[in-house]
Amino acid sequence: MNDASTILEINNLKTYFYTDKGVVPAVDDISIKVKKGQIIGIVGESGCGKSMTSLSIMQLIAPPGKIAGGEILFQNKNLVGISKAEMRSLRGNELSMIFQEPMTSLNPVYPVGKQVAETLLLHNKHMKKAEAKQKVIEMFKMVGIPEPEERYRVFPHQLSGGLRQRVMIAMALICRSKLLIADEPTTALDVTIEAQILKLMKNLQEEIDTSIIMITHNLGIVAEMCDYVYVMYAGKIMEQADVYELFDHPKHPYTEGLLKSIPRSNVQQNKEKGLYSIKGMVPNMLNLPKGCRFHPRCIYAEDACREVEPDLVDVGEGHLVRCIKYKN
Amino acid sequence: MGHYIIRRLVISIPVTFGIALITFILLNVIPGDPVALMMKDHISADVVARVRAQMQLDDPAYIRFFRFIWNALHGDFGVSYKLNRSVSSLLMDAFPNTLILAISGALVSWIIGIPAGVLSAVKKRSFLDNSIMGFSLLGVSIPVFWAGLLFQYIFAFWLGILPVSGFDGPEYLIMPAIVLGWSSAGTISRLTRSSLLEVMRNDYIRTARAKGNLELKVVINHALKNAMLPVVTVMALQVAGLLSGAVITETVFGIPGIGRIAVNAIQNRDMPLLQGAVMFTTVLVILGNLVADVLYSLLDPRIKYD
Ligand SMILES: Nc1ncnc2c1ncn2[C@@H]1O[C@H](COP(=O)(O)OP(=O)(O)O)[C@@H](O)[C@H]1O
Ligand code: SF4
Ligand SMILES: [Mg+2]
Repeated sequence: MNDASTILEINNLKTYFYTDKGVVPAVDDISIKVKKGQIIGIVGESGCGKSMTSLSIMQLIAPPGKIAGGEILFQNKNLVGISKAEMRSLRGNELSMIFQEPMTSLNPVYPVGKQVAETLLLHNKHMKKAEAKQKVIEMFKMVGIPEPEERYRVFPHQLSGGLRQRVMIAMALICRSKLLIADEPTTALDVTIEAQILKLMKNLQEEIDTSIIMITHNLGIVAEMCDYVYVMYAGKIMEQADVYELFDHPKHPYTEGLLKSIPRSNVQQNKEKGLYSIKGMVPNMLNLPKGCRFHPRCIYAEDACREVEPDLVDVGEGHLVRCIKYKN
Repeated sequence: MGHYIIRRLVISIPVTFGIALITFILLNVIPGDPVALMMKDHISADVVARVRAQMQLDDPAYIRFFRFIWNALHGDFGVSYKLNRSVSSLLMDAFPNTLILAISGALVSWIIGIPAGVLSAVKKRSFLDNSIMGFSLLGVSIPVFWAGLLFQYIFAFWLGILPVSGFDGPEYLIMPAIVLGWSSAGTISRLTRSSLLEVMRNDYIRTARAKGNLELKVVINHALKNAMLPVVTVMALQVAGLLSGAVITETVFGIPGIGRIAVNAIQNRDMPLLQGAVMFTTVLVILGNLVADVLYSLLDPRIKYD
């Protein structure tokens, strides 16, 4: 089950929201494994539960949300039910996260350098402030922030979105965290900045030897960054495979749709064929379709799909898929 | 920043002038001849006329207005009709009392209001929150004169541990400060609570938690400074308001401050004194607003005046 090379193993995680209108299964029985030094991707449309999966790992789910079941083994220790103090000592230290919104994720009333130093000082009780500052400036250099000494003192609003995300990355990696969860780190940035940030993350991953969970709705990013991918739909894993395998032999109709809707680099082709998009809408999480939850949008749906929910079956070589067309 | 302050002060000149004009007009349309009121009934009409002439009251209104402005610019607000002393010296005598009352009232409201608001927000929708908010509502809605009388009844008549009224030592300050502070503590705590709850929804609060901060530190170090921004503005305006005379509190507790002077001046048709008190208050409120804005920009790095 668990060997030394596994940094994170999520088994049957359920994160539910107990709202006035009913129970929302935002994360519905998912299992994920991250090996040391690996970059795994979680991909899916907005609202499929990607952020709730990452916040579950961080134990930052706020009411009315609650982890309703399953285990999250981080370095063989189950984070579900761990003491608050123990969890705090992991957060920002061995387990860190960067968020989708660099514009609002930094505290507006403190200089950015101080905010990064805070993480360092929190987890190194005996470190002197001057030493922390030195380390932050080094880290700023490492994440490609120009004029790091000056930038230490500036406030978030004085930095561009790209630089703020670099600050967030510096904050997340300043304690050389073992696992970095990046929740759509470039969604709010424009394409050139996006490419720079992704390149930086890939370089840092090798340098610091951290593992990364890359959360995105963009398969292009997955192709560029990840070793292994999970495709998520309405709280469930629909397909998972090595990145090449997934792109070359997608098995699930949803994955197929996602792949077809990647914009081509050839503009002419885009114009002629139009941009493909999966028909229909993400289902209402309070009232999920019976059977396969993708069936209202699936072009291959048959009667059986509306009756029983298919299992996630292994089709070989670490490729798993949840669709009745595949049986083991 | 320096430029900003100077510009604001320059802008406040026409504002002050306008308020002086409006006050002057209002005071001149109030019925009742101040000289007749000043004198006893049996004084003859020609004496009244002579006194009026001596006080230059028969000059056209615009001349009297500009004379007032000219003298005021030289620090001379005239002589009180009733008390026969210079208005500036009367105001200067009263101001320290008002200042002490205002500061202690404000301190009471902050010491009660801010922690109460923070507790309420942190323990949102708990019994504690409901109780604090209930008390705040009482503080906001109970009239100051009623609370003042209740306090006097309990602590002066019944328990006999505090003096009823007057202003002869620190013990005289306790009740008025609490009554005054209590009423604005309600406003401060409600504002602190709502502002803190608003701030706690921000992304940077999630970041602070993701760093491994204690929840207490998340609130104190990351949320509170942001949440205090609107509260500080209200606090500065509150002090300016209190400095211009807590009229009711000063009256109930017999404190000789600016508020009492203004009330007495109205009762006596003491035009110079009333005009002086209004001008004094105007300047305080303008300065209070300026201090509020400057404090805001010091606390919030996103706001820079130039
Ligand atoms: N506070 C909440 N109350 C109820 N449901 C919520 C709440 N927060 C999130 N959810 C549910 O969780 C689902 C997954 O959200 P999220 O993980 O943020 O999606 P994404 O994949 O876009 O990151 C949403 O579709 C929503 O139904
Ligand atoms: S189970 Fe049926 S509906 Fe669901 S993806 Fe497969 S074919 Fe489509
Ligand atoms: Mg999300």
